[in-house]
Amino acid sequence: MIEVRWHGRGGQGAFTASRILGASASLFEGKFGLAFPSFGPERRGAPVQAFTKIDEKKITDRSEIKSPDYIVILDETLASLERVSDIKENGKVIINASRPERYASWQKKGRRIKLVSFDATTLALEVLKMPITNTAMLGVFVAVSGAISLDSAVKGLVANMGRSILAGNIEVLKRAYSRVLEDQK
Amino acid sequence: MISAYPITPQTTVVERLSEMVEDGSLKSEFMHVESEHSALSACMGASSIGARTFTATSSQGLLYMAECLHYASGGRFPIVMMNANRSLALPWSIYGDQRDSLSLLDCGWIQVYAEDAQESLDMVIQSYAIAENLKVLTPVMLNLDGFALTHTYEVLEVPSSEDVDAFLPPFQTPYKMDLNSPKNMAFSSGPGDNMQFKYQQHKAMLDAIDVIRDVDESFFRLFGRRYGGLVEEYRCDDAEMVLVTLGSITGTCRVVVDELSQEGWKVGLLKIRFMRPFPEKEIMELSRRVMAVGVIDKDISFGYEGTVFTNVNSAIAKARTGILTMNFIAGLGGRDISRQDIRQMFLHLQEGLLGLEKNSMQFINLRVAIDE
Repeated sequence: MIEVRWHGRGGQGAFTASRILGASASLFEGKFGLAFPSFGPERRGAPVQAFTKIDEKKITDRSEIKSPDYIVILDETLASLERVSDIKENGKVIINASRPERYASWQKKGRRIKLVSFDATTLALEVLKMPITNTAMLGVFVAVSGAISLDSAVKGLVANMGRSILAGNIEVLKRAYSRVLEDQK
Repeated sequence: MISAYPITPQTTVVERLSEMVEDGSLKSEFMHVESEHSALSACMGASSIGARTFTATSSQGLLYMAECLHYASGGRFPIVMMNANRSLALPWSIYGDQRDSLSLLDCGWIQVYAEDAQESLDMVIQSYAIAENLKVLTPVMLNLDGFALTHTYEVLEVPSSEDVDAFLPPFQTPYKMDLNSPKNMAFSSGPGDNMQFKYQQHKAMLDAIDVIRDVDESFFRLFGRRYGGLVEEYRCDDAEMVLVTLGSITGTCRVVVDELSQEGWKVGLLKIRFMRPFPEKEIMELSRRVMAVGVIDKDISFGYEGTVFTNVNSAIAKARTGILTMNFIAGLGGRDISRQDIRQMFLHLQEGLLGLEKNSMQFINLRVAIDE
């Protein structure tokens, strides 16, 4: 099972990203996905969490994710070592960051965390004209994890997003995905 | 006819239903009301002229309906209601536990608890077939754990309208308000005949046991899924210790039972699907095969024990098997019940069997030290 925790602020689309990931895995990859927000009231701008579990077999365990394989942080103001301290050994933290050097020390201080940073805000502003980074970070997650294919992620967007914002978000998803793959070469 | 008043975490259900009524994809009246008390009253009114009715609520809203719950069951209105299980104030909490519905176990409604989204949907369909059966004519409360089921996204099969219509034809009843055939409904009765009405309610609930099984079987023939009546056993065949569950926590317990079985433990779980009518026979029979039964309660009757435990113990007492029983109070106010917590419950049971644990009741993951 792959367990992913998303961090964002209310209104940034963290839960939408977790839901699209779960739907893409379930509908287009023949896998089983479970997606849920942090339970409770939600307020715009307040820190929120969202969760995705993906497995080859039906997921019946609905308990909280205790040690995620991946943590995706949509908003750099939420990036702290404390927030990622429960990550699985060799798990990956993916941060939307404009200055990745800020987090270089994490890999020394913390447990064996693999850090991936990506400037999703600049990309989102360029394409969507809005600092909504969830689909960019979904693209980064797909490239880094290989949990689902890019094609399934695009289909997930088509099935879950309104027509007016679909094209821009597909572009953001694809560009983030290919940029990460280029960087990894 | 749908009538409901919004309350977290039920809100998504009535919002979506109102959209479906608005866009015509669901042919129903949607009656907006100012409270849960009125929502259920409206359902009774519509049901009394033979309409199929639905409402949904949660927690404080369910309690606000309490007076009408008894009215609806006493009036034998086959209403189906979804309840999003949520904690009760005070302290104020919108998170999930099962104190709301379990505190209303005696209101005369059939109570069913779902484990996942598929069972939730399937049981809405089955609930009408059960409630409207002329031998039953008793309202059904379908309980979904708040957030764990109401706010979790997962894949499920949605049956076609045609198949559902074939399974569930329009509600026909001779017991309705009708100008051509006037009847007295929802009346008062004195000491001379009141008790007979109460016996009939009890008898109808007992008769529902066979109807529940039959409905599940005919549902299986049409849709290929079945849930097994009042309970579902999981890996109980050679089990020595069994954990009794209610609702979505069953899924996490399945994983732990699988893990422990692989490690050589003889453990199983019994998922109670219906709290009313209660699976007395199934639990008596289980108690003849196992050495210890633990009951998870996401509720507590203060000053005594969990309500599910009280009911399970009563059945086991009638079987006179004298096996060990233990109560695990967990998940109150939305506290997570982890796989580790469930392992701990099995450890308590094992220690109980060895005579090392004398307390029959444990608070799991309480986070404060207590000395009992």
